[in-house]
Amino acid sequence: MGILELIIISLIKILVIATVMLLTVSYLVYFERKIAAWAQNRIGPNRVGPAGIFQPFADVLKLLLKEDIVPTAANKKLHTLAPMIALFVAFSTFAVLPIGPSFTAFGKVIPFVVADVNIGILYVLALTSLGVYAITFSGWSSGSKYSLLGGIRSSAQMISYEISMGFSVAGVILLAESLRPMAIVNAQSGWMWNIVLQPIGFITFLVSAFAETNRLPFDLPEAEPELVGGYHTEYSSMKFAAFFLSEYANMIISSALIVTLYLGGWQIPYLEMLNLSAGLVVTLQVLAFILKLVFIMFFFIWVRWSIPRFRYDQLMNIGWKVMFPLSLLNLIWVAILAMIL
Amino acid sequence: MAKKNRLKDLSFGQRIYITEIAKGLGLTLKNMFKPKFTMQYPEVKFDPPASYRGRPVLAMEENGQERCVACGLCSRVCPALAIEVRATETENEKERYPEKFEINMLRCIFCGFCEEVCPEEAILMSKDYELAFTNREDAIYGKDKLLTPVSRLQDRINFVRQFK
Repeated sequence: MGILELIIISLIKILVIATVMLLTVSYLVYFERKIAAWAQNRIGPNRVGPAGIFQPFADVLKLLLKEDIVPTAANKKLHTLAPMIALFVAFSTFAVLPIGPSFTAFGKVIPFVVADVNIGILYVLALTSLGVYAITFSGWSSGSKYSLLGGIRSSAQMISYEISMGFSVAGVILLAESLRPMAIVNAQSGWMWNIVLQPIGFITFLVSAFAETNRLPFDLPEAEPELVGGYHTEYSSMKFAAFFLSEYANMIISSALIVTLYLGGWQIPYLEMLNLSAGLVVTLQVLAFILKLVFIMFFFIWVRWSIPRFRYDQLMNIGWKVMFPLSLLNLIWVAILAMIL
Repeated sequence: MAKKNRLKDLSFGQRIYITEIAKGLGLTLKNMFKPKFTMQYPEVKFDPPASYRGRPVLAMEENGQERCVACGLCSRVCPALAIEVRATETENEKERYPEKFEINMLRCIFCGFCEEVCPEEAILMSKDYELAFTNREDAIYGKDKLLTPVSRLQDRINFVRQFK
């Protein structure tokens, strides 16, 4: 493949992924509100368009037309930079996550991922850690005590849960013997999904993912009753929207990561026994990935409207005294498993 | 009151959260499929019961005569000072009627004291709850807006007679 060809194909993929991500994020907000309403015996947004399906556009338009307020006590540069980092991190992480297997088009083998990097998982971990900067910067630069408290909480929380997350991922890497997301998915063919092989690792990763995305029950950085709005208290207009979008984009990425690492990515068990045509198989596998993704995202929202927030000391207790030892235990279990298999 | 559970009183299942979280998730999932309570407001209107205290109105007999005798008790009892009454005498001896009766709806707190204190059953709380104005002058309701035929207030009159 020539360099020009690579650039063109990558640009097309980036365009598609970015558009789909933006649309998914806006509809995720809509579904969050809908599911919240259903869980509370309400109907939810249903005024803008049939069943309220144009609600996200109305929301975005409203946020765009709002006045952009920067507090006088704020550090203007960092205050502007923070939402940009948040968005950048949220949208660039998806580059390495495979949506489907490689397919052949125009006589070329094109992988169903923007960048098939051989250290993909490391890249994801690095970028999600970078997300802490966005929140810490926004908390510190706002010049407000609520923002600062939110930022401090967030950094403490993310650092504590990064460790158990990293160790859970280490288990997956041990089994797949590769850091390449494609290879990890390929290693989970049939029923060899990591959720079956290492259920403890799945649970620790799931809980860490909740903490990493600042979602309930671990949304202490933006605990409304205590901190007004947390780190984005002093943000308005499109800057606030950037945080909002990145929060939901992070949710998509965490869900995609869970699907890739533990639920077998685009794998469908026993599909090869049906003798389907290659094109149909790829389509079905991409659909399977999307279905798994939707289920995990629904789970995220479902948990949010079911479980109350943890106290800060409980959060730290769970992070250090429960999740960290459990992820170590999982690592030992995987090491034994790797010797047997 | 239920017995307070300390951490040491909890069973192992409760302490590792997982079973309890599953229970909580089950509850919300069950609720997602239950019938909804939402009332589609502008299309479907809420029909309040007789005990509802909406906009206070003045009762008017079928022949167009108002019940109010302009005693001014409602005005005196009103904690928000929303009612203004100015009395005049009628042609009949010892009979009065309000020349001016105004309720400032920006001040009214819908407490219903005026209705309770009224000796003539003349001021009553209606079921009207759609009160929106575009300026302050519109918020002051005069006799033209307050007078309501008794037939439309029968519900409330029965309620008041029973419970007052």
